[in-house]
Amino acid sequence: MQHDEVIWQVIRHRHCSFMAKIETGIFCRNPYNVTGICNRSSCPLANSRYATIRDHDGVFYLYMKTIERAHMPNKLWERVKMPRNYAKALEIIDKHMMYWPKLLVHKTKQRLTKMTQMRIRMRKLALKTREKIMTVPTKQKKREARREEKAEKAALLEKSIEKELLERLKKGVYGDIYNYPVDKYNEILDKEEVGKATISEDEEEEEPVIEYVEGYEELEEEDDMEDFGGLAIREDYDNDNLNDDDDGDDDDDDEEENASVAYKRGRKSSARKLAKEEPAAKSNKKIKVQVEVEHEDAVERQRAVY
Amino acid sequence: MKDLLPSAIKNKEKRSEVHAKLKHQKKLERRRRPRPVPRTIENTRELDETVCKPDDEELFAGNDADEFSCILKEERTPKVLITTSRFHSSRGPAFIDELISVIPNAHYHKRGTYDLKKIVEYANNKDFTSIIVVHTNRREPDALLIIGLPSGPTAHFKLSRLVLRKDIKNHGNPTNHQPELIFNNFTTRLGHRIGRLIQSLFPQDPNFRGRRVVTFHNQRDFIFFRHHRYIFETKESKEPESKGKGKKEVAKTQEKVITRLQECGPRFTLKLISLQHGTFDTKGGEYEWTHKPEMDTSRRRFFL
Repeated sequence: MQHDEVIWQVIRHRHCSFMAKIETGIFCRNPYNVTGICNRSSCPLANSRYATIRDHDGVFYLYMKTIERAHMPNKLWERVKMPRNYAKALEIIDKHMMYWPKLLVHKTKQRLTKMTQMRIRMRKLALKTREKIMTVPTKQKKREARREEKAEKAALLEKSIEKELLERLKKGVYGDIYNYPVDKYNEILDKEEVGKATISEDEEEEEPVIEYVEGYEELEEEDDMEDFGGLAIREDYDNDNLNDDDDGDDDDDDEEENASVAYKRGRKSSARKLAKEEPAAKSNKKIKVQVEVEHEDAVERQRAVY
Repeated sequence: MKDLLPSAIKNKEKRSEVHAKLKHQKKLERRRRPRPVPRTIENTRELDETVCKPDDEELFAGNDADEFSCILKEERTPKVLITTSRFHSSRGPAFIDELISVIPNAHYHKRGTYDLKKIVEYANNKDFTSIIVVHTNRREPDALLIIGLPSGPTAHFKLSRLVLRKDIKNHGNPTNHQPELIFNNFTTRLGHRIGRLIQSLFPQDPNFRGRRVVTFHNQRDFIFFRHHRYIFETKESKEPESKGKGKKEVAKTQEKVITRLQECGPRFTLKLISLQHGTFDTKGGEYEWTHKPEMDTSRRRFFL
């Protein structure tokens, strides 16, 4: 006992390598410790008569140490195997530690209880499937993020989606839903190609079919806008609203000559369906004359040039 | 006649004239010469012998015999069960709502504490065609597990860059029409299989009037998901004849058909981590493909 006191003084006040101080208390990391707390009565080094329960592969053993064997560290701890039955194990403890201090016996039994409960719980949990946490090294995470960003930039997503949809439209996957004249579209494409090949193309050859209603004698009169009863806007809608109906160009210079007609082709289609292109011809404001223009070819913009 | 360097002409006017002429010539020459094609990662991708060729008999036979053929041939309509992992997340429910709006005929069931294998059994009993499990990590949806049923393959994807609908500017609201699908760049056999797996989530008869398109675009092994509403419009563009001789006053207007897209729905990227042959079974399952870190060593090698 003297021996123990000295040991305790030295360990506690100087240094014990098993001691772990945490904010909630002081703990002992010694595997033979019964309670796990660093205490004068729980320290396995500072008590020459000591007992613990330790677990080995799911089997509990009772370890005991007595002062008679203190000089033989090799044979210090005596090991007794505990039965699986909890009640029987308690009896075994009682039997082996019959004349030992009650505190120690009590602590040992408590430890046995706790470990039994833990064993039951571990077994139950092993039956259930648990999620295993797999870690990914940060270097890889960062690398993936970088590559993803670059891939996103390289994949011109919207462009490719638009292209794909246009191809589907051209192939005719959509059938008749879009009344867009696909052949006209192709026609334009061909013309486009032809146009690019030949540099000097004279578009001015295209003459529209123009109907002149009245002569040009009256052109020189400058009438007010209010005299015109209402601009003849050819309202040839299907069911769409006019989005923007731009005015045709006014050729002021051509007043002397024949009625200059500038007309724009159809308007942009608005939200729902693509309507057939119909031109909206507006009359020239300066001219009193109402000039109506019939378009055969709905698609191209034509202009009469003088 | 000896040709002097332009810089050797002492008269400034003449010198600058000659210089300007030279420059103009160079410019014309440059324009005439076609621009060289830049080298990109896609151009210099390592040759992969598993790339599907368009006339591969084996591929078509394989397609007929694989697990998705009955859905893709419209013998069964897809019915999707969406669930989560055991942990909660902040953005998970919102993401699942959006998934339900994107994928027609999708149902959400809470996870509870069922094992995935039990969930697979349950889904088989209730006649689902696939299960999607949204996995969360650190309160964010992190991975997507797509299980084909009844005995279909299981694909585990890593989910990143999730942008919900409310965070997209000018987003549109999707309708209930069945969407059109676009799958880009799924070239190799593995990619083709994954493409078909994702395709089997959706019904195969799109409603073109609804003008909804769902895109899965594969670029460098990252699958980008986008959901748009589109519309075709004609656009007039004036094409000035600036090429060739001088500049003409006359502008030729071309009419082009363009597509306009409005983004709706979420936006995310997927990366395949592993593809397993049967339903979800980490311990005993047979993996067709797993990602290993040594696959990342080459920057020009991609698997999808």
